[in-house]
Amino acid sequence: MDFSLNDIQQMMQDSASRFITNEYDFETRRKLADSDTGYDEKNWQTFAELGWLALMVPEEFGGLGGTIQDAIVLQEAFGKGMVVEPFFATVILSANLINKLGHSGQKETLLPQIAEGSLKVSLAHTELEAASTPASVATRAVKEGSGYVISGAKNYVLNANTSDLLLVTAQTSDDSESGLTVFVVPADSQGVSFKHYKGNDGSSASNLVLDQVFVDESAVLGQAGLAADAVNEVLADGIIALSAEAVGIMDALLEKTNEYVKTRKQFERPIGNFQVVQHRIADMFIEKEMSRSMLYFSVLEPANAAEAQRAASMLKVKIGNAARLVGQSAVQLHGGMGITDELDVGHYFKRLTSLNMLLGSRDWHLNRLIAQ
Amino acid sequence: MDLNFSDQDLAFREEVREFFRTRYPQSVKEKQDSGIYLTKEDHVLWQKALHEKGWAGINWPVEYGGTGWTTAQKYIFANESAAHNAPRLVPFGLSMVAPVIYTYGNEEQKQRFLPDILASNVWWCQGYSEPNSGSDLASLKTKAVRDGDHYIVNGTKTWTTLGQHADWIFCLVRTDDTGKKQDGISFLLIDMKTPGVSVTPIITIDGIREVNEVHFEDVRVPAENLIGEEGKGWTYAKVLLTHERTGIARVAESKAKLASLKKRIESGTSELNDLSGNAVFMSRVAEAEVELKALEFTELRVLSSVATGKAPGSESSILKIKGTEIMQLLDELLLEVAGIQGLPFLPEQYQTGFDGETEGPAFAAKAAPVYYNNRKLSIYGGTNEIQKNIISKQVLGL
Repeated sequence: MDFSLNDIQQMMQDSASRFITNEYDFETRRKLADSDTGYDEKNWQTFAELGWLALMVPEEFGGLGGTIQDAIVLQEAFGKGMVVEPFFATVILSANLINKLGHSGQKETLLPQIAEGSLKVSLAHTELEAASTPASVATRAVKEGSGYVISGAKNYVLNANTSDLLLVTAQTSDDSESGLTVFVVPADSQGVSFKHYKGNDGSSASNLVLDQVFVDESAVLGQAGLAADAVNEVLADGIIALSAEAVGIMDALLEKTNEYVKTRKQFERPIGNFQVVQHRIADMFIEKEMSRSMLYFSVLEPANAAEAQRAASMLKVKIGNAARLVGQSAVQLHGGMGITDELDVGHYFKRLTSLNMLLGSRDWHLNRLIAQ
Repeated sequence: MDLNFSDQDLAFREEVREFFRTRYPQSVKEKQDSGIYLTKEDHVLWQKALHEKGWAGINWPVEYGGTGWTTAQKYIFANESAAHNAPRLVPFGLSMVAPVIYTYGNEEQKQRFLPDILASNVWWCQGYSEPNSGSDLASLKTKAVRDGDHYIVNGTKTWTTLGQHADWIFCLVRTDDTGKKQDGISFLLIDMKTPGVSVTPIITIDGIREVNEVHFEDVRVPAENLIGEEGKGWTYAKVLLTHERTGIARVAESKAKLASLKKRIESGTSELNDLSGNAVFMSRVAEAEVELKALEFTELRVLSSVATGKAPGSESSILKIKGTEIMQLLDELLLEVAGIQGLPFLPEQYQTGFDGETEGPAFAAKAAPVYYNNRKLSIYGGTNEIQKNIISKQVLGL
């Protein structure tokens, strides 16, 4: 048994911490989140140079051949910096899905471009009426001539405003899950319309409508009707990545809150001298460590796809509970300062809140665990 | 013990309902119902509508224009008001400074200030907290030095809610820093237009300007604006804070919130569609309902003991703690109902003047900002940690 990082992971962690410390202070991040594109292209090229964009790309396509286990060290660092670059959308979800589902020609075309930083991709999967499971996707693709006509609506598609391609999930038969297909759709295709906005947490996202979008047969990622398993696996990986980000944020909040209660004085002493404050921070610490343990469990123990699904739900529940306690406590212990826009603490809290709502909330996954 | 309303109570309830049918300003109602934030003018319009009916001074003594309502009538009004989704009355004048003025002020002060507070002609704000005096409020440093028939005030107050609209501010100031810190505090009313007063905004994480810092630089305040005696400000403020805490349970509001939450669950507007089939979520809703019922009866017990002449005591700390916890929980549950539609930040949709089509249901866009903003509830008016200290010291003798 060994919980230490391997060489690649150690390298990733070092370079990511350096990047966050040197290039990504809170005010820089605020400006990026508020900007039209919602990220910095220069940073994206740095990510490419550092090999981060190649992480989930197999070596044969110019990548590092890493797994989600390797990605969590980056995601943790990104949590501390509240990084808004489209890494989650392009690398964790899209490159991962292309790699799992695409045929070799598609991988050969798309993955090296992602790795070198010249192609950004968003996964357009979530729908209003749909739960986090592919089975409930309502978007339909009807075979027509040499291609398909796609119609439907997608919600909260991350970074769609700057992506070149969309990976659109749609039903290609009436046989629900067995008929799920992923289409590679250029973002500027005719019939695709967007409503771009910012998230409460500073993310860039969009609602989009697909109105009779025609795509060629070659737009099918892999084989038509067989995407459900791969989509499920990628969504479980997504949960792991978001959870790693949450652990990074909880680390940051614990550190900042601990520092604050040592310096903030009331009743002629640091408020950290009061036991009620000490115990609250101790609870934050405990929950943060339990979260990290759960994160490691989710990447180390599951032996098959079904176990991985269950582990992802368990992880989402633990992280949901912990993030709620840590986020709310950090705000509470900072007093009024905790809810000011000026201080980073409130922004970490908002990001933790949004993380719980992405890919199925804590309540949804806990209910799924009961049902299984 | 008797929970039944008398015939007079039932008649009163009809009168309240009639008021909401006919005299609740339509423009305010429309904004409330579509979740648009109210402007200063909206708040004034609402209070004036109540004032015309003689209902603005709910807890005021009759001699100053108060309603003289019984506990049952106050209960009925609060519940009808919340059920009609009416705005909360801005408390700074009506229920914060007015009780201090009519309890401790002199005759001249009562005549000068109370009618304008009741009629909403003057907007008040609160100057208590300072950047370095929060939980330890008595350590406040804003100084008022006597100079002939004036005080010269210097210092900074913070977390001043809606101070950007205010005409007047009531302040706790230090007039003596020799003895015990509580004994050197005085209660002073300051005209915001006095030279040397300036207001700077504090933006909160929901992206709005609700709170402010108020700075005083050599501000000359007539000594006649001192309430009661010099050095007694802390005692007056404590009375006021207990008043504040009785209202802070906000049971009627939470009941209305819970009812609308349940309606939304039934209509299934969330990402995950069938929340009613999610046992985990539904058990949280049921628990919130149980807690709220226990709180409601705790509040009724406190109110009825106040009605028999007892001042609200340390038990009002229970109301503050549980009331704010339940409101915060209901905000969380509503965010869960909003689901992924609660993720976008669309502030234009709940500002006055918005006439476009909302992206998703209007409540969903506001769910997260309201949840963030309401984290203040367990912080202001004495943090919930401080409330527990009060209970353990003053009730349990620890």
